[in-house]
Amino acid sequence: MRRFDLAVIGAGPAGMAAAVEAAHLGLSVLVVDEQPAPGGQVFRAVEAAGGDPALTEEFPEAGGALVRAFRAAEDIAYWPRATLWHVDLAGGVLSVLRDGVSEEVAATRLLLATGAQERPVPVPGWTLPGVMGAGAAQILLKTAGAVPRGPVVIAGQGPLAWLLAVQLLRAGAGPMTLLETGGKGALWDALRAGGLWTGRRLLRKGLSLVREARRHGLRVVRRVRNLQAGGEGRVRRVRWDGGEIACDTLLLHEGVIPSTHIGRALGLEHRWDEAQRCWRPVLDEWGASSHGFVAVAGDGGGIGGWEAAVATGHLAAIDAARRMDRLPAAECARRARPYQTRLASALALRPFLDRLYAPAPEMLVPPDDATIICRCEEVTAGQVRLAARLGATGPNQVKAYLRAGMGPCQGRMCGGTVAAVIAEERGIPIAEAGALRPRAPFKPLTVGELAALPPGDVA
Amino acid sequence: MFATRPEARPASVEVFVEDRPVMVPEGASAAAAVLLAGIPAIRETPVSGAPRLPYCMMGVCFDCLAEIDGVANRQACMVMVTPGMRIAPQRGARQARPGLAGKGA
Repeated sequence: MRRFDLAVIGAGPAGMAAAVEAAHLGLSVLVVDEQPAPGGQVFRAVEAAGGDPALTEEFPEAGGALVRAFRAAEDIAYWPRATLWHVDLAGGVLSVLRDGVSEEVAATRLLLATGAQERPVPVPGWTLPGVMGAGAAQILLKTAGAVPRGPVVIAGQGPLAWLLAVQLLRAGAGPMTLLETGGKGALWDALRAGGLWTGRRLLRKGLSLVREARRHGLRVVRRVRNLQAGGEGRVRRVRWDGGEIACDTLLLHEGVIPSTHIGRALGLEHRWDEAQRCWRPVLDEWGASSHGFVAVAGDGGGIGGWEAAVATGHLAAIDAARRMDRLPAAECARRARPYQTRLASALALRPFLDRLYAPAPEMLVPPDDATIICRCEEVTAGQVRLAARLGATGPNQVKAYLRAGMGPCQGRMCGGTVAAVIAEERGIPIAEAGALRPRAPFKPLTVGELAALPPGDVA
Repeated sequence: MFATRPEARPASVEVFVEDRPVMVPEGASAAAAVLLAGIPAIRETPVSGAPRLPYCMMGVCFDCLAEIDGVANRQACMVMVTPGMRIAPQRGARQARPGLAGKGA
C-alpha cells in the first residue's frame, strides 16, 4: 500500500494551496480530486477556459496562477477523476476509486478540502427540467463555453447571482431577469456588521459587477417573495407575489454552504452556524478537526471564498508539517503569519455579506406542503411535517420514516431542509434537529469496482 | 436548452445522445452533452416517473443519472465526453442486466 504524509481531498484553491505548501515543506503529498483538471468549482477548467472573453479578470489571472503553481510543484501525486469513498480513521487508510478501480492508500494526515455546494432552493417546481442551480450554469460556461438559449431568469441572491448574470450576458445569453429574493431592511442590518473598509476591495468588485450587469440591460426585480416555477414537463414561467414572467431557463441561487458530507460521515464534530445558516466542522485556527487524523481547509470549513480558502490551505499544511516534526514551532508561527493576515482580510466582508444575503424564511422551509424537498425520493414538505408531528425528532429519523436522504444523493440536497422543516414544526432550534449522519461509501460504487480492489488491499 | 459558443470553445467531440449525433467541446461532461442536445429529460424518476434534467452539474444532486456507454446509473456531470460516447436517458430505476458483470453494471 502506498503511503503519503498528507492526503488532500479536493484540488480547488484550498487543496492546491495546501499541496504546494506541504510539498515545499518536504511532505509527500497525494491530491485526490473528482474533476479531470485542477481548479475546484470556482476555477473550474481554467486551463481550458482561461481565454473565454466571458470569464475575465480573477478567473484566468488568480485561478490560472494557482493552477500553474500546483502543476509546477514537484513531489505531488495528483489523482484527477478520483473519488474518496471510505476512510479508516484508526488505521489512516483511504479507499479511492479511480478509472473504475478501487485502491487503498495510507496517509499520516488527511486534509478535507471539499469546498462548497450551492444551497438547495426548494421552491415549488424546482424539479422541473430547465430549473438548475446558478452554479450549474456557470459550470456549463466554464467547461463547455455553453450558454442557455431563450429567456433566462436568475432567482435568488448573493454575489454569484450577479457574477453569473454578467458572465452569461457577456457570453450573449438573454434576455435576462434577476429576481432578487432579499428581504426589506437587509442592507441596513448588513451595514451594522461592519467590515466595509477592510473588505473594500471585494466590495468594489461587487459594485462593479452590478454596474456592468445594468449596462448589459439586466432587468432586476427586488424583494421577490414566494417564488414558483411552472410548466408542463419543463419550466415555462416563474411566478412570485405580484409578478410573472416567461422563461426557458430558471437558475436558482441562495448562496453556498460547506460540503460537509465526508466530515459528517467520519463523525467529526460540527456546529450549526446561525449567520450562514449551515453546518460547519469545529476547527482550530489551523483547520484541525475534532479528530486527530483529520483537518479541513477552504469553504468546506465555513464559507469564506477562494482567497480565504487559499490561506486556510497554507495554514493546514504548515500545521501538518509541524505535527510531523518537519517544522519547528517558531518557524511554523513565522511562516503562518502572512496567511493569517490574508485570511483576516479575505473574511472581513463576510459578516456583511452573510446578513445582506440571508435567505428568506420560505427559502429554508417551504410553506407549501406540496413542495418537494427530497428530489431523489420525491418527499414533500407536508410529508416531513406529518412525520415531525408523529414524533420524528430529526433528519435521521425522517430518513427511516420517509426515505428522505436514502436516495443516491445520500441527503446532500434534502438534509438541511428536512432539519429546518422539523425544527419549525416542533418549535426547536435547527441545531437540535441535527444533521444527517451519512455513511460510507461517500459516493455510490458498484460491486464490480469494489471487487476490483487488489487482493492484498482487502483488510 | 443550451448552445455552444464556437468562438470561445469549438465543439470538436462527436457523441451520441439518444442515438443522435451531437458535437460538444472537449472537456465537457456527458450531462452538458445532454443539455446541448436539447432532449426533454435525462432520466425519469423511479418514484413517479417525473422527467428530470441535470440540476447541480457538480456531482451533488444525482439528478443526471444516465446510461453511458451501456453502463446505467452514472453521474453524467462527472463523466467527461469521449469521441463516440453513447448517452441514453435512464427511465426509472436502473435495470440489472445479466452479461454486463465486470463492466460496472
